[in-house]
Amino acid sequence: MRASRILAATAAVLAAATALAGLPGEAEARTLRWARSGDALTLDPHAQNEGPTAAVNHHIYETLVARDPKGALIPGLATAWRILPTDPTIWEFTLREGVTFHDGAPFTADDVVFSLNRALQPTSDYKGLLTSVDGVSKAGATTVHVKTKGPNPLLPNNLTNMFMMNKAWSEKNNVAKVQDFKSKEENFAVRNANGTGPFVLVSREPDVKTVMKRNDGYWGKSATVPLEVSEIVYTPIKADATRIAALLSGEVDFVQDVPVQDIERLKSTPNLRVTTGPENRTIFLGMDVGSADLKSDSVQGKNPFADKRVRQAMNMAINRAAIQRVVMRGQSVPTGVIMPPFVNGWTPDLDKAPAPDVARAKALLAEAGYGAGFQVTLNCPNDRYVNDEGICQAVVGMMGQIGIKVNLVSQSKTLHFPLVQKNPPETEFYLVGWGVPTFDSEYIFSFMYHTRDAKFGSWNALRYANADLDRKIESLSSEVDAQKRNATIAEIWKTVQEETLYLPIHHQTLAYAMTSSLDIPVDPENQPKLKYVVFKSM
Amino acid sequence: MSAAPLRPPGRLARAWDSDIGYAFRRSPVAMLSTLVVLLAVGASVLAPWLAPQDPFDPTQLDLMDGMTPPLGTNEITGRTFWLGTDPQGRDLVSAILFGSRISLLVGFASVILSMAIGISAGLVAGYLGGRTDALVMRIADVQLSFPAILVALLVFGIFRGVVPPARQEEATLSVLILAIGLSNWAQYARTVRATTLVEKGKVYVEAARLIGLRPLAIMVKHVLPNVTGPVLVIATINLALAIIEEATLSFLGVGMPPTQPSLGTLIRVGQGYLFSGELWILAFPALALIVLSLAINLLGDWLRDALDPKLR
Repeated sequence: MRASRILAATAAVLAAATALAGLPGEAEARTLRWARSGDALTLDPHAQNEGPTAAVNHHIYETLVARDPKGALIPGLATAWRILPTDPTIWEFTLREGVTFHDGAPFTADDVVFSLNRALQPTSDYKGLLTSVDGVSKAGATTVHVKTKGPNPLLPNNLTNMFMMNKAWSEKNNVAKVQDFKSKEENFAVRNANGTGPFVLVSREPDVKTVMKRNDGYWGKSATVPLEVSEIVYTPIKADATRIAALLSGEVDFVQDVPVQDIERLKSTPNLRVTTGPENRTIFLGMDVGSADLKSDSVQGKNPFADKRVRQAMNMAINRAAIQRVVMRGQSVPTGVIMPPFVNGWTPDLDKAPAPDVARAKALLAEAGYGAGFQVTLNCPNDRYVNDEGICQAVVGMMGQIGIKVNLVSQSKTLHFPLVQKNPPETEFYLVGWGVPTFDSEYIFSFMYHTRDAKFGSWNALRYANADLDRKIESLSSEVDAQKRNATIAEIWKTVQEETLYLPIHHQTLAYAMTSSLDIPVDPENQPKLKYVVFKSM
Repeated sequence: MSAAPLRPPGRLARAWDSDIGYAFRRSPVAMLSTLVVLLAVGASVLAPWLAPQDPFDPTQLDLMDGMTPPLGTNEITGRTFWLGTDPQGRDLVSAILFGSRISLLVGFASVILSMAIGISAGLVAGYLGGRTDALVMRIADVQLSFPAILVALLVFGIFRGVVPPARQEEATLSVLILAIGLSNWAQYARTVRATTLVEKGKVYVEAARLIGLRPLAIMVKHVLPNVTGPVLVIATINLALAIIEEATLSFLGVGMPPTQPSLGTLIRVGQGYLFSGELWILAFPALALIVLSLAINLLGDWLRDALDPKLR
């Protein structure tokens, strides 16, 4: 008796659900299950300037200036921006009216002043983008002035990841101070969020699952931003095979970080779609060129990396074509510079990679006094870039061919990145990849080449110090003359390329895989924005 | 000096004629699995001479050899590999030989470690009794209530925290042995304690005590020989378990690093190529692991039956 009643009830519910699902229009509930290899490191919008972190935060928080899927600047929370005609060191931002945060509070000029000042704090990872900023002030109910140390025509380019928080919410929850990520601090904003974005955070379990639901009061809904996704379930799945299996079995709908070896197979699978495209990111190796002695090496009292000939030899030992062909299966563009072709300052000449030449590399090492080789440790992430661990293993082999024995320590990015960012850094030879959201060389210089101090070089573990270079880098942010500025950029590239400070590997190419009801193009910044998603009828 | 007496039969001959020897001769499974185990041990000991290359030496690997299918010829380098290569151009025959070497080394060493801990703990607990017994056995209970793999992961977690990253690669092997050894001692302790409790009350032990032997001597010289049978059975089965545990740890990414792959590491790497058709990277190491652990397991099974008087 009871069993039949339960059956009847279930049938009724099912019938109702089917009827609901058939209803057309806005009320349609469409969940998009999204997976990639790693999680956002934190939801605190200013704590980590890292790709997947920003990718998740872009759904919850918004910026004054945004980028459309093609990379062009478009209005975000600011409707207009201009340099004041009366004072070239002041940028004026006109704010969008009628925008509310997820908790209902209106978005005001005070929030902008608060958020930009928060991003300037010492523990913020975005301070490197705001080095030219002298002060932020409210100039009216919907106007904000940003004063720069000198004229900085490119400031809006640096604001496309500068998320806006609510001042009252932050103060109430004691998160006016940015989380100190490097010392593993936790604050309320790490697992909770209150933005103006198209999706509202519902639940967050780091490294397990993050659920967001549609913000029905979103200001930006339009023909190009249809906001068809009603719920996002974001699951980091670290193992490549497991992630792809989840897509094949229909457990997830959209997968980033598709392993290169699976692209062909997924393309030929019915009901699946694969999109590929270049990412605005370069993968390279860095090393400690500045310390007097290395801790992890076998050489006593000397730092082999400090010798330019050693670095050149290492650069020559890397067979980039082999990495491209075997490790990446063609899904990469070998390069000789740590700057993707999208970036202002890029030239085909800089991009040319040195041809692998083991004999010459050995000769150079011998000339530098390391003919017998030496031993070092290479730190490598294993869940951040396409085949990162495979690249490192290949490098270990190539270094071995010129007599440098490399111990490989590969671990999750949550353990790897602090090694690079800690002060002083805890790695002497490491792999990282760098994307350029501003599409300008200055961004690379200030994070990767400028001597590490309170504002600059937070990702630079080179321990390289060159006052002249630093001065040139700093001059870029206030140079108004585009021609002169580009000349300085070229000059800086010439210096750092001659020094062979980093060992570039390749520009990363990306692949996304999804069910065929979706068609999400590869985002050059690898931050797909799901508010643009349109569901196709199958 | 009298004339040499009739030569007593040698040890080998005695073993051959014993009950176990007889059971062995009658069991094709036991003979086959012994053969497999001996072959595996021999091959891994001789791996440096048998293997075409040293898969742990990065200078001997050519990335361009990567992903060559079994018996196929690499398009670029023109080289042929029996079982193909992995993504790093590592010859799988060599990788499996060296990988089984690690598996067996870790297996034997960790079994000896757990035996040493387990037997001493069991003997002491059984012989001394009272509080010592209660304490040791409760620790063993706690240990048994956790899956061995969790205990091993815990040991690894501590290792990662304590040892500086630069030294971790070279220390991994010893830590693997330690982790697996520490996670499997409780069964030995229980078995040895039970036997000790029985033996302790027997007349010969009382006699030994009466003539003034110290407890340690009694435990080692008189009680211990009586527990070798069951301990041997557990050890054989544990050897297979330890090999699988090592593979599991390496599969999970905490064991052997990818530059010195054990069978588990090879399986982990190969797993990424399941969908793309390069099955050999996963299949051959997995097959080697299965054959090895199955053979040892069958051997252990047979040994238990052969030593069990009730089944004879």
